[in-house]
Amino acid sequence: MTKKLFPIISILLIIAFALAACAKPTAAPTEVTQPEVPPATEAPVVATEAPAVTGELYYLNFKPEIAETYAKIGEAWKAETGNTLKVVTAASGTYEQTLKSEIAKADAPVLFQINGPVGYASWKDYCADLSDTELYSHLLDKSMAVTSGDGVYGIPYVVEGYGIIYNNAIMNKYFALPGAKAASMDEINNFAKLKEVVEDMTARKAELGIEGVFSSTSLKPGEDWRWQTHLANLPIFYEFRDNNINTGDPAATMEVTFQYADNYKNIFDLYLNNSVTDPKLLGSKSVDDSMAEFALGKSAMVQNGNWAWNQIKGVEGNTVLAEDIKFLPIYMGMPGEEKQSISIGTENFYAINSQASPEKQKLAADFIMWLFSSDTGKNFVTNELGFIAPFDTFAEDEKPTDPLSLEVIRYMSNTDLYNVAWNFTVFPSQTFKDNFGAALLQYAQGTTTWDEVKALFIEQWKTEKELAAQ
Amino acid sequence: MHNMPKKYYALFTLPTIIAFAIAFLIPFLFGIYLSFTNFRTVTDTTWVGFSNYIRAFTGDNNFVHALWFTVRFAIVSLILINLVAFTLALLLTGGVKGTNFFRTIFFMPNLIGGIVLGYIWQLIINGILLNFGVDLTYSATYGFWGLVVLMNWQQAGYMMVIYIAAIQSIPTEMVEAAKIDGANGWQIIRNITIPMVMPAITICTFLTLTNSFKLFDQNLALTAGAPARESAMLALDIYTTFYGRVGYEGVGQAKAVVFSIIVAIIVILQMRLTRTREVER
Repeated sequence: MTKKLFPIISILLIIAFALAACAKPTAAPTEVTQPEVPPATEAPVVATEAPAVTGELYYLNFKPEIAETYAKIGEAWKAETGNTLKVVTAASGTYEQTLKSEIAKADAPVLFQINGPVGYASWKDYCADLSDTELYSHLLDKSMAVTSGDGVYGIPYVVEGYGIIYNNAIMNKYFALPGAKAASMDEINNFAKLKEVVEDMTARKAELGIEGVFSSTSLKPGEDWRWQTHLANLPIFYEFRDNNINTGDPAATMEVTFQYADNYKNIFDLYLNNSVTDPKLLGSKSVDDSMAEFALGKSAMVQNGNWAWNQIKGVEGNTVLAEDIKFLPIYMGMPGEEKQSISIGTENFYAINSQASPEKQKLAADFIMWLFSSDTGKNFVTNELGFIAPFDTFAEDEKPTDPLSLEVIRYMSNTDLYNVAWNFTVFPSQTFKDNFGAALLQYAQGTTTWDEVKALFIEQWKTEKELAAQ
Repeated sequence: MHNMPKKYYALFTLPTIIAFAIAFLIPFLFGIYLSFTNFRTVTDTTWVGFSNYIRAFTGDNNFVHALWFTVRFAIVSLILINLVAFTLALLLTGGVKGTNFFRTIFFMPNLIGGIVLGYIWQLIINGILLNFGVDLTYSATYGFWGLVVLMNWQQAGYMMVIYIAAIQSIPTEMVEAAKIDGANGWQIIRNITIPMVMPAITICTFLTLTNSFKLFDQNLALTAGAPARESAMLALDIYTTFYGRVGYEGVGQAKAVVFSIIVAIIVILQMRLTRTREVER
């Protein structure tokens, strides 16, 4: 009996090993030193003719939506200078992980991104001083760069703005209804008016042909950055402004009181209660879902930034016309908010790996200079990447022409309004944001109270700031 | 046959030893070393002693929570998977028509990768929960039972094949003799089948237990720890600690070492227990 059984079991065990090795390679305790990274898409630009290669530059890209454009840029760069650009793009939401494993390799990225002072703090051992680079000398507003002491460690390369994107066609349809609470978008310049209009629109959503005023408040883990980062920036911006806190001074931002938590709640509740989706189901909604709802005309408004244009444009069967897409500032009931603009800033900074060879570092500096100053490079930046570049190498007519970028430029040039600066670059850590996002989801689902969310925000901010300072 | 000359020993064992060292020994020892250091990238470390181990258990209770969640999950899935697999094996050795067809069908889910399964079941479970106005992220309980269902679906067929092999190797005379003595179906299972398939039970419990402890892809795809890390299991917690938090790489490494020790202890204990049972028969 046992004789018969043993060969069978042995064979099965061998199969088990083989299958286990294929099916779940990540969790074995023996492999924890090199946990598997979600696959990075590698798009090396291969030389077509005989290699007259002068150098290869390894660039770790952080925006998956523009990975293909970088491949084209690499080809153009090669044609003009003979250098090869190797672009590796981190999959969505895995940039920090990918950077962590890539930079440990012998062939490490030379050019990469940091997301501001907090990113610099994590990667300062790898950030070279860029104050002597040519590109830095062309930066319009030097205060935007990431600096430490006399050194410059990150050069911002794109200016972005976010607010409430609305579909003007649906709004005009509403304004034409009898008894509409407003006659045009110009009347909506504070929270009270916004709320009145939104709630009336919800009541008459059948007439407007929409499923909800706002797109789903995507609260799926990893998809909640619009709320735990961008929206949370507003109360923090006002808190810093009203208490005269200098965001450049790390000691001044060690603690917050979240004093405008109720204002955050105002707008967040408005999003939840007038949404396409029931608040209890928001835990499985992604940003893509949200943008698709907007593009298909199921919702009239969605909070996002000008980078969302590509997403809206890319949705199949989208019904929104480019000329109908506009920005509205995010009002949340602050005094004097009639003068508030949309939120314009950046969290994309080029950094050069200080541990790479000097020749490679030079090559990286040359590449970014080429990209933002040569005609070919500028053409890519303006027309394909759609960046509003903060450099004086760009003439007035060399600006992107997509509707949301035009809106950002329009708001930038309106000097009557005050900008809501991107203070979320001093948020303590990703863990802080994730925990706050998770709490927001529980609040939306009704399993936690707003007071608990507020307490968590204050407590987590302090804990994570202290941990980061260690 | 001549005895194999000693000089060939190296020829045949070296490749295995080298492969073992590269794929297991070196990473494992290096991992233990890393758990005592503070590092951003694995090539650039500073020694910090035991502080990573202290931070793993203090600071936040994510690790302890994940450990407790994993233990509960391992117990539930260990029992359920083996029950289901054994029942299926009994049914499919009982002379039902189309046995081979059903065996293939039950085995199939095991051929699909964990990530894919996770997303498939996420769709299914969310589809059901939608009728009640909630989704998987609403409570960790949903995530827990979702994982149990998923693992059953994936593993039961595999364990079933092992049980079938064992049941088929039971001599028919024994069963016949029992029948002649007037034993009913339950008595045959209780007193003949189960004792006779004890080696298979050892293997299956061992496999399900370690699989449950090491579960990662399914957990990541199904819930990713939602809500608020409450449904994160050990492997996922280690992963998010290592990659999700700057300055916590060493802590993640320390958690991983603790994790290996726990799994090793469980496996040794469990092997001992079932082995003694096998001898007793």
